[in-house]
Amino acid sequence: MRIELVKRPRHSVLFSALSPFVALGLTILAGAIMFALLGKNPVVGLYSYFIEPLTETWSLHELAIKAAPLILIATGLCVCYLSNNWNIGAEGQFITGAILGSLLPVIFPGFTGPLVLPIMILLAMIGGAAYAGIPAVLKMRFGTNEILTSLMLVYVAQLFNDWLVRGPWRNPEGFSFPGTVTFHADALLPEILPASGRANIGIVFALVAAIVVWFILARTLKGFEVRVLGQSPRAGRFAGFSPRSMTLFAFLVSGALAGLAGITEVSGAVQALNEKLSVGYGFTAIIVAFLGRLNPLGVIVAGFVLALTYLGGEAAQISLQISDKTARVFQGMLLFFVLASDTLIHYRVRIVRGAGEANRA
Amino acid sequence: MTKVFGSLVANDRVDLSIAKGEIHALLGENGAGKSTFVKMLFGSLEPNAGTIRWKGEAQAITSPSMARQLGIGMVFQHFSLFEALTAAENIALALDRSTPIAQIAESARKLSRDYGLPLDPHSLVGDLSVGERQRIEIIRCLLQKPELIILDEPTSVLTPQEADKLFETLERLRDEGKSILYISHRLEEVKRLCDRATVLRHGKVVDHCNPRDETAASLARMMVGEEVQAVSRPDHAGGDGEALLDIRGLSRPAATPFSVPLRNIDLSVRAGQVIGIAGVAGNGQGEFFEAVSGEVRQPEAGAVRIRGTDAGQLSISARRKLGAGFVPEERLGHGAAPGLPLSQNLLLSRHATDSRTYLGPLGTVRYGALTAGARRIVQEMDVRKSGEDPEAAALSGGNLQKFIIGRELDRRPAVMVVNQPTWGVDAGAAARIRQSLIELARSGSAVLVISQDLDELFEMSDAIAVMHNGTLSSPVPIAEATYESVGLLMGGAEPGHKATAHAEGL
Repeated sequence: MRIELVKRPRHSVLFSALSPFVALGLTILAGAIMFALLGKNPVVGLYSYFIEPLTETWSLHELAIKAAPLILIATGLCVCYLSNNWNIGAEGQFITGAILGSLLPVIFPGFTGPLVLPIMILLAMIGGAAYAGIPAVLKMRFGTNEILTSLMLVYVAQLFNDWLVRGPWRNPEGFSFPGTVTFHADALLPEILPASGRANIGIVFALVAAIVVWFILARTLKGFEVRVLGQSPRAGRFAGFSPRSMTLFAFLVSGALAGLAGITEVSGAVQALNEKLSVGYGFTAIIVAFLGRLNPLGVIVAGFVLALTYLGGEAAQISLQISDKTARVFQGMLLFFVLASDTLIHYRVRIVRGAGEANRA
Repeated sequence: MTKVFGSLVANDRVDLSIAKGEIHALLGENGAGKSTFVKMLFGSLEPNAGTIRWKGEAQAITSPSMARQLGIGMVFQHFSLFEALTAAENIALALDRSTPIAQIAESARKLSRDYGLPLDPHSLVGDLSVGERQRIEIIRCLLQKPELIILDEPTSVLTPQEADKLFETLERLRDEGKSILYISHRLEEVKRLCDRATVLRHGKVVDHCNPRDETAASLARMMVGEEVQAVSRPDHAGGDGEALLDIRGLSRPAATPFSVPLRNIDLSVRAGQVIGIAGVAGNGQGEFFEAVSGEVRQPEAGAVRIRGTDAGQLSISARRKLGAGFVPEERLGHGAAPGLPLSQNLLLSRHATDSRTYLGPLGTVRYGALTAGARRIVQEMDVRKSGEDPEAAALSGGNLQKFIIGRELDRRPAVMVVNQPTWGVDAGAAARIRQSLIELARSGSAVLVISQDLDELFEMSDAIAVMHNGTLSSPVPIAEATYESVGLLMGGAEPGHKATAHAEGL
């Protein structure tokens, strides 16, 4: 007996639209089972995970802070994945952007004024884009696999950041804790509603970036080029588009957005560069991109859902005394169910008895 | 036999019987279900219903190796040979036993002598012509001592002379009492070779007949189900139009070890003219198309001139802007993106030339204009489709080809280059495509058609050139060209060579 995936003659448009919700439903169901196995009340568990963080204003602010980098990075990843360029190293580009963006307040703390923040943002985007450019150029010149190179560069960036905040950039008045000086006021992102919580303008950047990229992808020739080259590179070449320039374009865009996310995190939420910068936004954003169906508007929604799993993890740790690693479990299940539903939309499962060499010429 | 794929009934209760010592033709257009049927017979597809009786006994053939054990051999249309291995090594790979290579080479040599299939077992497959490769497949099949041999479109890759050789071999096998199932859509060769024929249309048996009692026209009617419109080629008025496409000394090194280098190709296509390029597949036609279209650029700007402008270093978009239109061989994945709707596939080849119509400010796409344009092309070329704007992959091969050709005709290109215009297209659609290309030429454009189908080229062209091993012969005016002369050039004879002096490949 053998299990086969058989391509469906046509896929249902309805289920394509529903698949993220089906995946979310299945994740919640599997989460309830997980809570039950841990000996916790599933209803209480799910409540503290998914509802409680939404009941208080300050935690809505936290949600926006967590969603902003996810949406920024995932928006860039949409461009990459739609054009068939598999950038897995957004976490590294996020860190590089944060490091380069921190250059000004850390090395030149005396330089203040309204220009500081725009320059920091620009440097961060350049840093992220340049770091993403490495796997892109390697792919263009030598045909290396960008999945491996971009992923390996993440560890390089993480270790470099670690060395930087423990060594040359360490705050001399920081009691030997790793981390730079706290940024001065001109180097901090303004808060949106300072009265009710600490959410900053980063979420506005994220929403604007998502909408602009959505417009480019959906309505312009550049977006058409992205989709054609992603689906069938040969037809793209016939159209006069270049797969090599597209690789560079996609990596630069997603690197720049990941760099922007990095500086948003550092100069908004943390207010200093430290060794705990990398909490996996760059990897979680991959789930956000797929849950959002590689559509930046969908990414906005998906970004808030995944941000919720971070908050829920913290809440569950307090109220249920379970490890906040459950957040990772939820994220993993979500990705699994999204990919499984997408596969089942395009294929159906067939069980074949006997040992026929079917479908082979 | 019945086979269903999803909602498509590929074979609907097909009955067929093959006697000992007969050549039985399975006739049908592309997509009629011929390949599906033989795959079930050879055990590589599992039927949904029906029985196979082999020498009177019902058999469930579950795998190709079981088919071989029963005595059924098959020669596929697309060869499964390793180019880096020798002929004998390739044969050894297919045999289940551990016979020494030397012994295999010896029996292969003996068979090739006996059946007049010249072949050196120690030659590398990569160096062999398509006809020679087919001989390896046939010998590999014969070594397994089959009683029924299935040949899937065997002549589609052969020159007329090579095909004649193959027919002699097949007649000899029949006289020895072997049965042959011969799959084809070429009516003349079926009439000449086969004792009985079964005609398939849309997965159903239309008729069983004796092809010798039928005319080509009556067989065609059975295959297609209606009269096929004949293509008319009005005389080409002015002999010396302006050379709109001029190729001078075009050379291109081989991009991969097994692709063909182009050697010093010269060709002019004048306004009003249809020039055909004949040749066996894999002699550099694909490489030539890429070079002319600009998917691959040339180092010398003058190698390709379009309407008097040096275009060798220009991109495909820039060449289109000079007035050229291109249709590649592969429809899905090259000429069209399978997952995109027709309207967006229109943008694929027209975004540079018709940017005023289809693009707005900031590079935005005018979807309304695209939909209207696609609708116009669909109407003009009679493209049959389901739904308003289906994905390219949802169209049948013939209808998608009509759309892709129509997409270029719609802007009345001054130079039109088409690779395999009707490959895998049903007869009705093929006639329409050929007629529209002739009309384009007669309205003052230069049309270059690359094809492996000699009938098609003789029907359309004003002159025929032959591509062989990356070189191009000078075009022969259609009035002077014959199947024999073109066939000899396809086999690699020097122009001006006498037919009698032509020796077989080895």
